[in-house]
Amino acid sequence: MNGSLDIFSRRNRRRFANMLFVATCTLATLMALLALAAILASLLRNGFGSLNLAVFTQDTPPPGVAGGLRNAILGSVLMCVGAMILAVALGMLAGTWLAEYSRDSWYAKTVRFVNDVLLSAPSILVGLFVYEVAVRPLHSFSGIAGALALALIAAPIIARTTEDVLRLQARSLREAGVGLGAPVWVTIRRILWKSAAGGILTGALLAFARISGETAPLLFTSLNNQFFNLNMLKPIANLPVTIFSFALSAYEDWRHLAWAGALLIAISVLGINTLVRILSARGQA
Amino acid sequence: MANPSATGALLPFAHRRARGAGFESLFYYACVGAATTLLCAMAGVCVLLAVGGWPAISTFGLGFFTSTVWNPVTDVYGGAGPILGTLITSVIALLLALPLAFLTAVFLTEFCPHPLRRPIGIAVELLAGIPSIVYGMWGLFVFAPLFATYVETPLMAEAAPGTIWERLFSGIPNGSGVLTASIILAIMILPFIAATLRELFLSIPMRVREAAYGMGCTPLETIWSVTLPYVKRSAIGAVMLGLGRALGETMAVTFVIGNSHHLPRGLFDSGATISSTIANEFAEATSEMHTSALLALGFVLFLITFLVLALARAFLGHGHNA
Repeated sequence: MNGSLDIFSRRNRRRFANMLFVATCTLATLMALLALAAILASLLRNGFGSLNLAVFTQDTPPPGVAGGLRNAILGSVLMCVGAMILAVALGMLAGTWLAEYSRDSWYAKTVRFVNDVLLSAPSILVGLFVYEVAVRPLHSFSGIAGALALALIAAPIIARTTEDVLRLQARSLREAGVGLGAPVWVTIRRILWKSAAGGILTGALLAFARISGETAPLLFTSLNNQFFNLNMLKPIANLPVTIFSFALSAYEDWRHLAWAGALLIAISVLGINTLVRILSARGQA
Repeated sequence: MANPSATGALLPFAHRRARGAGFESLFYYACVGAATTLLCAMAGVCVLLAVGGWPAISTFGLGFFTSTVWNPVTDVYGGAGPILGTLITSVIALLLALPLAFLTAVFLTEFCPHPLRRPIGIAVELLAGIPSIVYGMWGLFVFAPLFATYVETPLMAEAAPGTIWERLFSGIPNGSGVLTASIILAIMILPFIAATLRELFLSIPMRVREAAYGMGCTPLETIWSVTLPYVKRSAIGAVMLGLGRALGETMAVTFVIGNSHHLPRGLFDSGATISSTIANEFAEATSEMHTSALLALGFVLFLITFLVLALARAFLGHGHNA
C-alpha cells in the first residue's frame, strides 16, 4: 500500500514536471512568434503607408522634396543580376568539381571546408576584401565592386547546393552517358546538370534572396548615388544602403522612403523563398 | 532511388580520351579554377585584412587590444571597446535566444497541434531569411523608444544606489545601447537557431522516440534523455552557427548600439561592435592609420568568427545547410 502510494506521488511529480515543460514550450513559441509578428506588423504598417507610385517612378530626393526610390531599385537589380551571373558560373563549376572530379582528396576537403565557412562568414569582411581588391586600385567606388562582393556571398551557397544535388544523381545516369560514348564533360553538361537543374535553381534562388537584402558589403564597394546612374563603373544607388542612410537621417520624408524600401526588400525576399518552397514541393511530388 | 555515395562520381571514367579531349580538359580546369577561386577568396580576406591591419597593430602593439582610446583626430587607436562589445552583445544575444529557440523547436516537433505544425514551421524558416536591415530599422524606430520608456527608465529608477544593479543599469535611457543591440540580435538569430534545431529533431528516427514513449516516458523525459543526447553534437554545431551569425552581424546592431568606442559601463550604455565600427567609419576614414586600424579590427573579427564557424562545422559535419 505504502509502495503504491509512493509510485502514485512519483507519477504525479513526473506529470507535473511535464505539464510545466509543455506550458513553457508553448509560452516560448508564443513569445517568439509575437516578437516576429510585431516586426512584420510594423514593417507592413509603415511600409504600405509610405508606398505609392512615386516610389517607383522618381529618384531619391534631397531632403524636404518628394521623391522615390527608382534609381536605388534599378541599381539593386542591376548589381544583384550581375552578381548572380558571376556567382552561378563560379558556384556551379566549383560544385561540379567537388562532386564529380575531386575524388575527396585533401584539396577537396579544404575547399569544401572553406566553402562552408564562407557560407556564414561576416558579409562586412567580404566587403572589406573587395574594397582592397577592386575599389582601392581603381580609386573609385563602383557598381562592379558591389556586384563582386555580392557574388562572393552568393557563390558558396550555389556551390554547396550544386554539389549536394549532383551527389544525389544516380550512378546509372553517369554510366549511361559514358556508355553512349559521350566525353565526361558532355555527360556532366547534358545529362547530370539537366537532371539536377531543379536543385541548382533552388540554390540559386536562395542565394539571390540572401544577397538582395545584404547591406554591409555594399557600404564601401558600390557606396551610394543620389542620382540616376546605370554605369557600373561609377558608384551606384542601391536599396539597402539607401535605406540605411535614409533611416538614420533626421528627415521625415527620408524615413518614410526607408520604410517603403525595407518593405520592398522584405517582400521580394519572402517572395523568392516562398517560390523556392513551391518549386521544391512540386519536385518532391 | 539515387545513390548518394561519393562513388557515384564520374571519375572512374575520366581517363577516357575521345574527340573533344581539348574541351574535356578545358572544362576540368574551369571547374578546378572555380573551386580554387573560392579558396583564394577566403585566403584573400584573411591575408588582406592581416596585411592592411599590420601598420596599426605594429604601431600600437598590445595596446591595440587592451586600450579603449579610439581617437581619429589624434590618430590613436585602441580596439578593446569594439572587440569586447562584439563578444558581449553576441553572448547576451545567444543567452536570450537559445532557450527560446530550443523550446520553440521542441514545441513545433512535439506539442504543436498537427494542422499548425507546417504553417508555423514554414513561418519560422521564412523569418530566418528576412534581411537584417529590417530588424535594425524595427529596433531603432519601434523597439528602442518602447524599451526606453517601459524598461530602462523604471529599472534605473528602481535600482538602489551602490548595489550591483545600479552599475548594471547605468547609462542613458534613450533606448539604444548594448542590451538593446543584444535583444535585436537575439530576435534575429532566434528563427535561425529554432529552424535548425527543428530540422535536427525531425531527423531523429520515429522508432527511437516511440521506444522511449513505449517505456512510459513523459515527453519531457523523452526529450531530455533520448532526443537531446541523440542530436547533442549537431545541436552544439547549430548553436555555434547562430553565434557566428551574431558575431558578424552588422546592420541589426549598427542601428541600435549607440556607436561609442569606450567600454560600455552598463547594459544600457552605448557601445560599439567591430562590424558597426567598420560600417560607420570605413568609407569616411581619411588617414592611413585609421583605415589600417579598421582593417585590424576586421582581422580580429575574422579570427573570432573563423574559429567559431570552424568549430561549428566540426560539430555539424558536412551535410547541414545554412
